[in-house]
Amino acid sequence: MTKAIEVSALTKKYGEIGAVRGIDFEVAVGETFGFLGPNGAGKSTTIKILCTLADPTSGSARVAGYDVTRERDTVRRNIGLVFQDTTLDNYLTGEQNLRFHADLYGVPKAAFAPRQRQVLEMVGLWERRGSVVATYSGGMQRRLEIARGLLHAPRVLFLDEPTVGLDPQTRVSIWEYINELKQREDITIFLTTHYMDEAENCDRIAIIDHGQIVAIDTPEALKASIGKDRVQISTADDQAAIRALDEVFGIDAAMHENLVTFSVESGELFVPQLFARLPVAIRSVSVSRPSLDDVFMSYTGKTIRDAEASVGDRNRRIATRFSRR
Amino acid sequence: MATKDIAARETLETDELALTKTIRVAVPERSLRHDLRAVSIVWRRELIRFRTDRLRAVTSLVQPVLFLFVLGTGLSRLAGRGLPVGVDFRTFIYPGVLAMSVLFTAIFSAASIVWDREFGFLREMLVAPVRRWSIVVGKTLGGATVATFQGIIFLALAGVAHVPYNPVLLLTLVAELLLLSFTLTAFGVMMAARIKQIQAFMALTQLFVLPLFFLSGALYPLTGLPVWLTVLTRVDPLTYIVDPMRTAVFSHLSVSPVAMQALSPGVTWFGWVVPVGLSLTMVAVMGLAMLGVAIAEFRKTE
Repeated sequence: MTKAIEVSALTKKYGEIGAVRGIDFEVAVGETFGFLGPNGAGKSTTIKILCTLADPTSGSARVAGYDVTRERDTVRRNIGLVFQDTTLDNYLTGEQNLRFHADLYGVPKAAFAPRQRQVLEMVGLWERRGSVVATYSGGMQRRLEIARGLLHAPRVLFLDEPTVGLDPQTRVSIWEYINELKQREDITIFLTTHYMDEAENCDRIAIIDHGQIVAIDTPEALKASIGKDRVQISTADDQAAIRALDEVFGIDAAMHENLVTFSVESGELFVPQLFARLPVAIRSVSVSRPSLDDVFMSYTGKTIRDAEASVGDRNRRIATRFSRR
Repeated sequence: MATKDIAARETLETDELALTKTIRVAVPERSLRHDLRAVSIVWRRELIRFRTDRLRAVTSLVQPVLFLFVLGTGLSRLAGRGLPVGVDFRTFIYPGVLAMSVLFTAIFSAASIVWDREFGFLREMLVAPVRRWSIVVGKTLGGATVATFQGIIFLALAGVAHVPYNPVLLLTLVAELLLLSFTLTAFGVMMAARIKQIQAFMALTQLFVLPLFFLSGALYPLTGLPVWLTVLTRVDPLTYIVDPMRTAVFSHLSVSPVAMQALSPGVTWFGWVVPVGLSLTMVAVMGLAMLGVAIAEFRKTE
């Protein structure tokens, strides 16, 4: 087995709505691979298919060398899962949650005690193993889920939005644990996120939008492919500023996040000219180096926050469909 | 002293070794043994939750106690006039109220599937490399065990209703409670497979539970009823467990044959008395059938 995950021409439809619309990608063994996209882009649906929780409408997917529809149980034995919503039993202790998992996954009884200690120490919860999960903080619960996902030593670990809903400090600490884990365990990690800064922790990233992959590469290569600085300005009359940018500089600007946004080769050289020649009063300026957010914007024509605002309607449509069933 | 030190250091080193080296875990191929281990842990989880949730055990006793002591005592002054001499009205309704003591617990144990779905834990079970039947069976057996415990607590109050603590009687009643709990939990699990919201589940159980109880003959004998009520009581599955339980209780009382005929006449179909064995078999078959439906429901993938 050379590939941890192989996906080809995968689609998933809910009624007439295509949540995943024909995606192909491969993940090498030992790689940390990120799926980046706004909510509703198809990330969670893809993960559900890869974890055998949903059947694809067409196309195929292999995880750890096994087909997700035909060899469901073998796939399940070889994967660990951390979902975006907690799947712990709050009334049990941390240890009882792990024991439940071990029995369900058939972890040999002799291996359980040392392995449990190892995964709990890794996430810093060994001392708290006897406490009921309801007394854990949000970050501790997520760490316990990661420990549980690793308990049966899976070959591929799926992390669906591993840090969603956590405060920034906890997010950082979760990433420390994941990075440590990469060094310690011989494991492939597949994660989804809609945080740009987190995607940079991955070896490779696929940008997904409206159920399709629009770009796939290393974070550095993706950023290099943009090569431009992003300038965002706030002005007295934004529409006039957009017209003026086009007339005076020949720059195509648009409103994003309520700011006039555009890209130029070199931001710090451009800003003085902007002040000198733009006929509209400028209130503030920000210049940023290309980030994955810009990558996302250059491939999809919108920032990830714009995309989330518009995807709300689509999700509502899906939601009403399902509530009617 | 020195040797002790070395020994201490050695354990420390092996501990450290254990932590730096990844512990290899070989998850075995799926087998029946593995599936049974899953049944066992799902079952044990129900017991752990029951043990930690003492409040539930107490609150679910309130209703049967009210029925037996408040309603039973209050009505006995009225109903007592129709009763043969020497039989307490509370003794008469005791088997039915005993059945009721497991009714709510069993169905609410199944409701925990709906909770598990809402809180995500169901997903942890459904993605595991085990057959779905092991999850459903573990859950049903767990709920049935918990409900039977609940019934046993109520059984301890038998003496107050003048039901004798005869070992044979107690064992018979426990076995019947277990059967009843199993069938009720299977019914609840079957519903929980389809109903995704806890509010909807609670509303539906309310809709089912009280009619089931009132039509079962728990509170009145099944003879001499109007035709419509006779038909409804014979359709109610609970009838076929309340009657065997009452038969068991009355066979351990010293009452006249006339009184026996008046109070525990058995279930009749067009005048034919349904044997206790057939009643119990029907309840068991129903439970197994509902369990089968529940398993089929949970095997579906999105």
